Amino acid sequence: MSEQPTEKKAAPAGEKAPPGGLRRVLDEILQGSWLVTALAVVLALFFGAIMIIVSDEEVRGTFSYFFAAPGDALSASWTAVSEAYGALFRGAVWNPESSWNVATAIAPFSETLTEATPLLLGGLAIGLAFRSGLFNIGGQGQLIMGAICATLVGFTVQGPVVVAAVLAVLAGIAGGALYGALVGLLKARTGAHEVIVTIMLNYVAVSFLVWLITTDAVKNHERNEPLSKSVSEAAELPRLLSWLPEGGGSLRLHAGLLIAAAAVFFCWWLLNRSTLGFELRAVGANPTAARTAGMSVGRSQIMAMLISGGLMGIVGATQVLGTANANNALTPSIDAGLGFTAITVALLGRASPVGTVFAAILFGALQAGGRAMQASSGVSIEIVTVIQALIVLFVAAPPLVRGLFRLKGAGGSKAALASKGWNG
Amino acid sequence: MTATVLPPENLAPTGAGVQRGRLYGGIAMIVVGLYGVWAFGLGSRTSGVDTRFVLNLSNATGLTLPDLTFPAGPVALVLAVLAALCGAAKLALPLSGRRNAAVMGVFLLSYVLAFLVWAAAGQSLNLAAVLEATVLAAVPLVLGALAGVMGERSGVINVGIEGQFLLGACTAAFTASLTGSLWAGMAAGCLAGGLFGLLLAVFAQRYLVEQVVLGVVLTMLATGLTGFFYESVMQRDSITYNQALSFPDLEIPLLSKLPLIGPVLFDQNIIVYLAMALIALVHVALFRTRWGLRTRAVGEHPTAADTVGINVIRTRYLNMFAAGLIAGLGGVWLTIGLNISFNKNMAAGQGFIALAAVIFGRWSPVGALWAALLFGFAGGLSTAVQPLQTPVPTSFLTMLPYLATIFAVAGLVGHVRAPAADGQPYTKG
Amino acid sequence: MALELRGITKRFGSLVANDAIDLEVRPGEIHCLLGENGAGKSTLMNILYGLYQPDEGEIRVGGSPLRLDGPRSAINAGIGMVHQHFMLVPVFTVAENVMLGDERVKGPLLDQGAARRHVREVSERYGLAVDPDATVGDLPVGVQQRVEIVKALTRNAKILILDEPTAVLTPQETRELFTVMGRLREAGTAIVFITHKLKEVKAIADRITVIRRGKVVGTADPSASESELAALMVGRQVRLKVEKEPARDTGAAPAFSVRDLTVRNLAGQAVVDGVSLDIRPGEVLGVAGVQGNGQTELTQAVLGLIEPESGSIVLDGAELTGRSPRERLRAGLGFVPEDRGHDGLVGTASVAENLILDLYDRPPFGRRGTMDVREVRRNAAQRVEEFDIRTTSIEQPVGELSGGNQQKVVVAREMSRPLRMLVISQPTRGVDVGAMEFIHQRIIRERDQGRPVLLVSTELDEVMALSDRVAVMYGGKIVAVVPADTSTEKIGLLMAGANPEDVVDE
Repeated sequence: MSEQPTEKKAAPAGEKAPPGGLRRVLDEILQGSWLVTALAVVLALFFGAIMIIVSDEEVRGTFSYFFAAPGDALSASWTAVSEAYGALFRGAVWNPESSWNVATAIAPFSETLTEATPLLLGGLAIGLAFRSGLFNIGGQGQLIMGAICATLVGFTVQGPVVVAAVLAVLAGIAGGALYGALVGLLKARTGAHEVIVTIMLNYVAVSFLVWLITTDAVKNHERNEPLSKSVSEAAELPRLLSWLPEGGGSLRLHAGLLIAAAAVFFCWWLLNRSTLGFELRAVGANPTAARTAGMSVGRSQIMAMLISGGLMGIVGATQVLGTANANNALTPSIDAGLGFTAITVALLGRASPVGTVFAAILFGALQAGGRAMQASSGVSIEIVTVIQALIVLFVAAPPLVRGLFRLKGAGGSKAALASKGWNG
Repeated sequence: MTATVLPPENLAPTGAGVQRGRLYGGIAMIVVGLYGVWAFGLGSRTSGVDTRFVLNLSNATGLTLPDLTFPAGPVALVLAVLAALCGAAKLALPLSGRRNAAVMGVFLLSYVLAFLVWAAAGQSLNLAAVLEATVLAAVPLVLGALAGVMGERSGVINVGIEGQFLLGACTAAFTASLTGSLWAGMAAGCLAGGLFGLLLAVFAQRYLVEQVVLGVVLTMLATGLTGFFYESVMQRDSITYNQALSFPDLEIPLLSKLPLIGPVLFDQNIIVYLAMALIALVHVALFRTRWGLRTRAVGEHPTAADTVGINVIRTRYLNMFAAGLIAGLGGVWLTIGLNISFNKNMAAGQGFIALAAVIFGRWSPVGALWAALLFGFAGGLSTAVQPLQTPVPTSFLTMLPYLATIFAVAGLVGHVRAPAADGQPYTKG
Repeated sequence: MALELRGITKRFGSLVANDAIDLEVRPGEIHCLLGENGAGKSTLMNILYGLYQPDEGEIRVGGSPLRLDGPRSAINAGIGMVHQHFMLVPVFTVAENVMLGDERVKGPLLDQGAARRHVREVSERYGLAVDPDATVGDLPVGVQQRVEIVKALTRNAKILILDEPTAVLTPQETRELFTVMGRLREAGTAIVFITHKLKEVKAIADRITVIRRGKVVGTADPSASESELAALMVGRQVRLKVEKEPARDTGAAPAFSVRDLTVRNLAGQAVVDGVSLDIRPGEVLGVAGVQGNGQTELTQAVLGLIEPESGSIVLDGAELTGRSPRERLRAGLGFVPEDRGHDGLVGTASVAENLILDLYDRPPFGRRGTMDVREVRRNAAQRVEEFDIRTTSIEQPVGELSGGNQQKVVVAREMSRPLRMLVISQPTRGVDVGAMEFIHQRIIRERDQGRPVLLVSTELDEVMALSDRVAVMYGGKIVAVVPADTSTEKIGLLMAGANPEDVVDE
């Protein structure tokens, strides 16, 4: 009704000046958003368990005589699920069965953080765009452009260790940023909806990449498969834990994590303490009011996409320069679906830099553990995609989760994003 | 009341914006056209040689047309000049609506032909084969786009067409292999798409999840589900669960004997005919029937629809379910329409292209058809041009439809307007 | 008895929007429901139309109790409603809008011909001229309203509810509406006429029910005086007059002037058409006019939100056209937009942040790209105190405040920096009486400090009470600039597009 003070725009979780970090965490737990997230994870794992049971041929067999001997079916189900999730835990957090030394003990967690690094950077990128009212589905394209630039610099520059790596990462940032800014520019100048533009630019980037790695200047002439030249060793990101004795050399955690940590701080500062961030948030929440207050909506959109694309460009750089890719070279699938996974990370992290850290570690753990699970119990790693998607789906619909667990809902459902449609 | 109640306000740019769009668009077309004159008409590739266009499929049985052979240089030159003139026309005359689209169409057609004449200079190119590839590639796109149109006309943005394709393709292949019935496979595939659509509608409407986000997440879910199912069930025993099957081609008497288009359009399997029928059906239904009037009302001004007793939410659920059936059929086509077994992620982004076709086609079924044909043509073209060894890498040709879409949404094809309440959940009070 | 409400109560959380409301409407009577904005009139009507369900109470139509669980059952019970915001689909034709939900079909297809005939039939019977084939979005608001009435009548409405129908009409269109209402009354239709305008009530009502804060506070006869009705409606004697000294310096050179300003919309129509006006320092120039006659675009062009086709805007000798909104704000332009929720505030952001929405990047709040959060909070605490903004904390999202307090946030922000000029649109729309008086005083205070003030309001009373001179805008033009003591009738005629020479010379 028109008589009540209501507000159209749902909150991109309005980050207030914090009344002390701890109190805010407490508040959020009481308001239930942390609880909902935890329950969403439980629910998603539950659905995953059903998928494991259904897909396991032996277990299906025991269900065929369920009514004769239900115990068989139940125990077979339990075995299948506990083995799979056990392997997932051992692959992501800690493996109690491994021989005890520092390097092997932290190996699973090193894997988790290695997987979390690109997710974190990507989640920050998408989250920043969200907060500015833009939906960047173009992570894939920006990532690819970043990877291309980083690779080109990486195999050209034969500088000293740090310099080459830094230059390659900077090139990655530039590539992603410019590709992202193009979207912002089109949106600002012509009103072209960023969702369509970014989807299309993804395909353009993929086609470009596929062509580029067949050209003579870039192609790896020693190999048959489509692959670019490898970057120079100096341009590779140094591994962080190789100094550990007894197997530290095999730990894949690399300097990309430090870049990601810096990016978290940068994004937090940008959003909460900088005038540009104030502008971005205002434009994101209510562009017409921002315009009336003298802000340039177009400039903000370009800046948001520039920074978002730049962060995605770092992901591209770390994909090539880090340990994700054994050849440290471009491949047609260099993006590894990160452009889309990053969206779920940002949503789970409610588009706040700190939330994104937790979301990235959770999803990183699922991916690291998923690989271990596939190796040891033969459960397809695709299940991780399902679990991730379900978590985000449940988190996006708190009333559903509360209903399923018969919880009384305190506090409204804060949608992570306002609904606006193509015309908005 | 909330956002839905106030009639949406038109935050239109001032008249100057349109003028500028016309100016830039016209200049771009002239520049591109002149480049064609220089590269295609006057370039060394076309000078002094002939181009031969073959107009029959290799297996054509009905009436056939003789091959077209002509000097490459002059013909390419004329076509490119025509394209440049279209740009001049856009610049000089205030064209609106249909006329603008016609000029755009002539521009594209003549330019593409000029390119083909150039690419096939000194060689021959089978245009009928390109046409057939176009139609086959357009089938899933147009089905997906139809689903998108139906959803968005009722106010629900569906970015999950890709997911519906995957689910439809997977379910169809699995069911058809298991039961041995293609029809059962088709029914199952459609139903999977329908349920996905309904799920999207429920999350959008009941839980107010932002719809673009929702489509992306649900697509991920479908990707994971089908990928998991493929790896843990279908792949392990492909004879039982994942055969390459296909509906037989149905030759339509007489029509299929027509030259050029006969075998391309009228000697295909049932899904192609269903797609054609659905385009006509949805178009008429949307603009001429009670269902269509109510659907459009719900998508433009849901509160107004509510106040005359139309159940907005039910309309949206029903539409999204019916649309999902159609999108599911697009998925069905990818496996048992094309005689291909299911594979992980086999939709390969066609669902997103279908979404682009919705917008490119301005939320109309017939518009979506043209857009889908355009995208399909670009795909068919890059395959056909590959053996001709042009200096243009085929990757660049594959990029063209995507670039064209960007140009389209950037306003060079005119002002595009989505249904006013598109993407906004309806909440009372 | 056509319609009877007994003890209708509706709560939204802790807010009681309707509190045991009784209402009786007879066939062939125009029953006025009089109340301030926010008194609960719209809630009551939404209950009557089945959009809300009452928590308590009973609705009777034609003597028998009725459960209204949706608009459909209201329509079936013979209730028709003309909403304040029209419930018409702009891209549909009149016939399509009228038949929507009640379609005539021929086989599977819509029968457009029958729909057209039906529209013509009803519009001829009641003298409501509409073209069935016109696209609704292209019609003037007065005609759109007629379409709404036709829509209700084609559904055989015996009880017609008109929710603030005159808010968007010129006095002439209002008069036409009243003629139609009279004709319907003769035909035996029961009409509920919701308004807060006393003059209209006196002109047309057969009986009057006054509601205040969700309760019926009394019934009155049309013969009651305006001040009696006002007292009932507001609960105390209102001062329709704002206390102010006459403007000083009437001979000074204008500090702000607009010359030949023309703004075109997308369709190429001149929505602001060669407007020129001058405002002296310490003077309030009020722009009167019916909504949609170019006032919005005029203010937007002054701020630079839209680009004029031609003309100049000069403040203190400096040309403003061609400069960005930010530069104009920096030049000392204060701007209060007409729709605060849409243009003035970021609803999800805190009160503190909204109080610096156009100051954030300048000292003391922002320095070299970094914001001083402590300074932002200090400023907020000070403004909240100074402007008496009722909020639980400065961190509360501004969207949760009441309309009046939201408006105070906007006004506080604009007046918290040194101004050279104030542009203020609809300063008190949807604002309670207390906040209204406060905002009016602040406007006069700005004037008294020697600033030119451009005031735009569709409430003629407000314009006349605050202004030193009144410019009347019609069809994108300033048709006349008259002294503030000109009679309401004359200004009303000008607002309706009467020839200014005829009016002023009278």
